[in-house]
Amino acid sequence: MVHLVRLFYRELRRQRKRMTLTIVALAWGTFSIVILLAFGEGLNRQMRKAFHGLGQGICIVGGGQTSKPYKGLGKGRSIFLKLEDIDLLQERVAGIEFLSPENDRTINTLTYGRKSITKRVIGVAPAFEELRTYYPERQSRFLNETDVEGKRRVIFLGAKLKEALFAKGEAVGKTILVNAVPFLVVGIMQDKMQNSMYNGPDVEKAAIPYTTYLAIFGDKYLSRLIYKPMDLTRSEMVKDDVVRVLAQKYKFDPEDKQAVDFWDTIEQEKITNKIFLGIKIFMGIIGGLTLIVAGVGVANIMYVSARKRTKEIGIKMALGAKKRYILAQFISEALMISFVGGAAGILFSVAAVEGVNAMALKGDVADILAHPAISLDIMVATALILSLIGFLAGFFPARRAASLNPVEALRYE
Amino acid sequence: MIKMEKINKTYGTGTARVEALREIDLEIKENEFVGLIGPSGSGKSTLMNIIGCLDTPTSGQYYFEGERVQEFGHNQLAEIRNRKIGFVFQNFNLLPYATTFENVELPMIFKGASARARRTKVMELLEKVNLAARAHHRPSELSGGEMQRVAIARALTNDPRLILADEPTGNLDTKSGEEILKIFEELWGQGHTLVIITHNPYIADCARRVVKLRDGLVEKDSVRNQ
Repeated sequence: MVHLVRLFYRELRRQRKRMTLTIVALAWGTFSIVILLAFGEGLNRQMRKAFHGLGQGICIVGGGQTSKPYKGLGKGRSIFLKLEDIDLLQERVAGIEFLSPENDRTINTLTYGRKSITKRVIGVAPAFEELRTYYPERQSRFLNETDVEGKRRVIFLGAKLKEALFAKGEAVGKTILVNAVPFLVVGIMQDKMQNSMYNGPDVEKAAIPYTTYLAIFGDKYLSRLIYKPMDLTRSEMVKDDVVRVLAQKYKFDPEDKQAVDFWDTIEQEKITNKIFLGIKIFMGIIGGLTLIVAGVGVANIMYVSARKRTKEIGIKMALGAKKRYILAQFISEALMISFVGGAAGILFSVAAVEGVNAMALKGDVADILAHPAISLDIMVATALILSLIGFLAGFFPARRAASLNPVEALRYE
Repeated sequence: MIKMEKINKTYGTGTARVEALREIDLEIKENEFVGLIGPSGSGKSTLMNIIGCLDTPTSGQYYFEGERVQEFGHNQLAEIRNRKIGFVFQNFNLLPYATTFENVELPMIFKGASARARRTKVMELLEKVNLAARAHHRPSELSGGEMQRVAIARALTNDPRLILADEPTGNLDTKSGEEILKIFEELWGQGHTLVIITHNPYIADCARRVVKLRDGLVEKDSVRNQ
């Protein structure tokens, strides 16, 4: 057995050109499919992440204007939400997981040392962190219940805003001025992608407790309130309940679509999910077609080389090689080629993907496109399928040649 | 050693049907030196391939050392070719990517001989055909006469009793041809049985028995008295 292996190895070395070609075809096929799908999956994930920059499965409710007369009240009445509505909804609507008021105003001067900028400051509850993905960077935190109860002057800064004020320097623990009122920085938001927003991207906003906000600015109404249902499949029911409770309080027709402004990202997510599914199917088809092209390439090389070696098989049979010896040689060769080719393809694609990720490209397009995500399943499946195709394409002509009379095989040029 | 009864071999069907061999009866004994002659298309090579178990007859009986070859399967035929017959081809049929040593070694590998046994035997044979210095050359680096000597050494690797040669000097110049012939004479002297297809009158003269084929029939079978 050992000398058989040695003999195979020797022959493999001798036929370097043929081997190299087959291995390159296999590796290239694996590489192109894995890379294609890795970039596709990366694109998919980044788009999803960007979409979820606003929050996942949330409803944003703001005041509106009635469009229908109701119980003797005319249409065109403005509806404004109030802070007390938060407690009301919490009490009367079942199935809300997170709920937060939001107040905001544009013109706020934020000052640190000698640097001063004008940005948007919002007043919110701790639930805002989960609702709107205001996740803090390490060693910092979002606003908490103590901050709210104590009307503390603490502030949570968006990533870009922090950069503008502090550049690369440490911000947490420092005091900044908001319209000349000192605030303690407690947290910095993790940089995030966001392709869906109102009043500008979150990374350029600063958040303070809503109690502090109301104490300073004295707003009478809420800009909006945001909630997330516990069970996304029951979101319609929760939404109906929210409208009903508000309609009762503010005396408008629950069927009046314009009385309150309802931004339902859950509905939007369902549509987006369909788009993502579409992209997935598209990638699958492209991947499948590429796999066929690569498979044909590998099969062609294997087939031709097996045919070309009919004479060699004839010589070996004339010298007394048994059929199973010939087949064992072809099988072990094909397996070796497949293994090396598949492994090389996998290795190169992992290297390429890691390389692109390591570059950590920044920018609008790069954020979406330059984060390929490799899938082990796809990688292994691709390598296996291509190897199998190559193997079969090489095996059958070899078996045919080994079944011929030695004379017929020898005649083949 | 071998015995053939009413051997027929036909190729193709219908109008393309070719009767390569017709009712051949032939017996070859141990240590005979047979020259097989005849014009091209007379069936010499077909007969040789059947004797060498590279091909099977369409009908008739072929006994090799008393055993009916038709009853053998793929593997048994391979074993006979491996151990009992040494084949020398007109176009050498060496593996192009293997060295002299590796080519000669092949039949012993198929037999399952150990590396040490192979080494000893191959070097002994290469000495015999005067090619020891060329052990690690490829066929492309050898002359025609050298390639044919490699092929002869390869045919002798497993010490077969029967040596078959299909126009062994056909592709060689006169001098190389004479060298090859000298080797065959020696082998005959050592007790091997030889069957050689040839157009070369010189070889035909050396053979102790000449079988002449024409149109798939034995036209003449003459034994020369020494």
